Amino acid sequence: MSKPEVVAIGTDAGSTTCKLVAVGQGGEVLGSRLEATQPHIELQVGELLGQLRSELGVDGPVPCVATGYGRKLVKDATRSVTEITCHARGVFRDLGHGGTLVDIGGQDSKVIRLGNNGKPVDFMMNDKCAAGTGRFLEYTSARLGVPIDELGRRALSTDREEPITSTCTVFAESEIISLLARGVALEAILRGLHRALVGRIVAMVHNVGLTPPLMLSGGVAHNEAVRALIEEATGERVLLPREPQLMGAYGAALLGTEGKSAA
Amino acid sequence: MTETTPLSHYVRSSRLDYQLRYELLGKALLRVQRWRDQRKLAGLRPREDSVLNPPLRCVAYMKEMMSRHYLEGRYANGVRKVAWVTSGAPAELLKALDFFLIYPENHAALCGVRRKAESLCEEAEHDGYSRDICSYGRTDIGAMLSGKTPAGRLPRPDLLLCCTNICQTVLYWYRVLAAHFGCPLILIDTPFLYHEAEAHQVAYVQRQLEEMVSVAEQVAGRSFSERSFMQVVDHSRRASELWLEVLNRSRHRPAPMTAFDGFIHMGPIVDMRGDPETTDYYERMLDELDERIRNGVGAIKEERYRVLWDNLPIWYKIGDFSKWLGGHGVNVVASTYTYAWGELSPMIDPSKPFESMARVYLHPILNRSTGHKLSSMQRMVDEFHLDGVILHSDRSCKPYSLGQIDQRDHLVQEMGIPALLLEADHNDPRAYAEEQSTQRLEAFIEMMEARA
Ligand code: SF4
Repeated sequence: MSKPEVVAIGTDAGSTTCKLVAVGQGGEVLGSRLEATQPHIELQVGELLGQLRSELGVDGPVPCVATGYGRKLVKDATRSVTEITCHARGVFRDLGHGGTLVDIGGQDSKVIRLGNNGKPVDFMMNDKCAAGTGRFLEYTSARLGVPIDELGRRALSTDREEPITSTCTVFAESEIISLLARGVALEAILRGLHRALVGRIVAMVHNVGLTPPLMLSGGVAHNEAVRALIEEATGERVLLPREPQLMGAYGAALLGTEGKSAA
Repeated sequence: MTETTPLSHYVRSSRLDYQLRYELLGKALLRVQRWRDQRKLAGLRPREDSVLNPPLRCVAYMKEMMSRHYLEGRYANGVRKVAWVTSGAPAELLKALDFFLIYPENHAALCGVRRKAESLCEEAEHDGYSRDICSYGRTDIGAMLSGKTPAGRLPRPDLLLCCTNICQTVLYWYRVLAAHFGCPLILIDTPFLYHEAEAHQVAYVQRQLEEMVSVAEQVAGRSFSERSFMQVVDHSRRASELWLEVLNRSRHRPAPMTAFDGFIHMGPIVDMRGDPETTDYYERMLDELDERIRNGVGAIKEERYRVLWDNLPIWYKIGDFSKWLGGHGVNVVASTYTYAWGELSPMIDPSKPFESMARVYLHPILNRSTGHKLSSMQRMVDEFHLDGVILHSDRSCKPYSLGQIDQRDHLVQEMGIPALLLEADHNDPRAYAEEQSTQRLEAFIEMMEARA
């Protein structure tokens, strides 16, 4: 049986991770790559593209749509599209309806309102302050010595919660240190930290206006405490696409299959 | 601080200097320069590699007018009485007394366009002025302290006229100027309008205008003539009407000019309203726009989306923005900012100069409620057939930026069009983030594309 043909590839070179997705004629995922972003994005994407092409046996040219902060650096891209449109496209394809999409990435977070046709109608971004982004969790995970993928579980393992009042990642760090020095339980601090992050995200959701359902994409979607606390704060169940972290690259690839028209 | 810095970079000129360097040589040279520019502009054809059509030919006249204005300023001290005035000040009164007027805000914008504002702001900051102060204020105070200006040299004021109808910043700024220059400051206080002005509010401002005459006469050393005041007001009215017509020409598709053109061509209506040549200038501009409309020529080659700009321009990015947006098929066809100098023209009545000036200077967009601005924007979306709105959230200009978050939401929800809040500063490039702004603008364009 011959391999299904790759019709388009999407690349999402973000500030923290670099993602690639290859799709076939029906928009099905045929292969993907995900690794930490390296300083030379253009070389890294080139390398990953090469790997993906040889793994899937792609010889000829296929459309390659680039998104993410490094999108302009992708030499092989036939087109570049913002993450707003790509995440919207990817999630709509996977979940099949409009609503409010929250994408929490490594260095920014966005709330996108999708119309019933899946096209973005409005968005809001936080890209000036690390406090509402994945960087906030990364930073504190390093400081507290808790692996990043355990953060959410440990935060949910307690009912006690220590409020973190600093609105800034850097100042929150000093606050954590003094809380630890006072003997406050680590889990309670973690829960407070998640609450602080979620508070910022939910404020953006309300700013754009919450149209249910609420959907979550980006690397932070894997964190169960973020999901649980968003649900608690909004009273809405949070829906996840199958691969939240790949949604940008997936949406980019889907756009590649459609030629020029966006979303 | 400011009081102790020397005033040595402000020099008095002799009448001879003024006659020779400005009246004779300067004017002649600028005329020759204008002829050259005209020839060059007349020969321009649309270029393959440009997303914009060639600039309006009348720009040669505007360059001449503005250069002449600043050149006269260099030699004005000692020859004409000089007043520094805020952009929304009742300048017609001073024009009637033959004052030479400098608009520090316009000067600061000039510094912004020439990318000199940042270093001038730093001069002010080194002297203790906070970065939170409006960058127009910091730019001008920096220029005042250092004597550095792309205009060559500014004349020292004999009088200051400050009207609070745009913000309260100007009040403190002009007090600094008054302390620095040791000259009289006239303050016109305009109550904030939540609705149309009440009769007592108009009377209150009118009384201040009448009272300022004696101070201005004293500084001018001549007596005020109501007849010449009426004449100046009449010129102002005509110029504002023409300016409004100029802007409204962009209702045509494709629009014959962009709001970025408007930002540049507004120099005369801000700095020289009340002068007959300003009227001539906008008549010329209108003719050229009509010619473009007849020939179906737009400001940008391919106008796919039509957009409204709210708030001040980002002066140091004007050229980049107009090319970048033009390249994406976006024509910013209207702006609330340029409109502010035209929309009040129906209120100007030269037969009642004091009362109508009081009314006009009470009603600028910044002296009115945020709801009023929202309805103006909604009207413009309809009248100019717009596909989206860019709201520049200007770190410096608090009164203009206040309410934008709600205004944006209303535009999106009630008019169903994309609206973008773009954070920057009109004169201080340190408050502008290139990558983030581009990302937002691209997403905004993609949303218009998705709606099309
Ligand atoms: S604060 Fe706004 S209105 Fe006031 S001087 Fe600055 S830019 Fe002008």
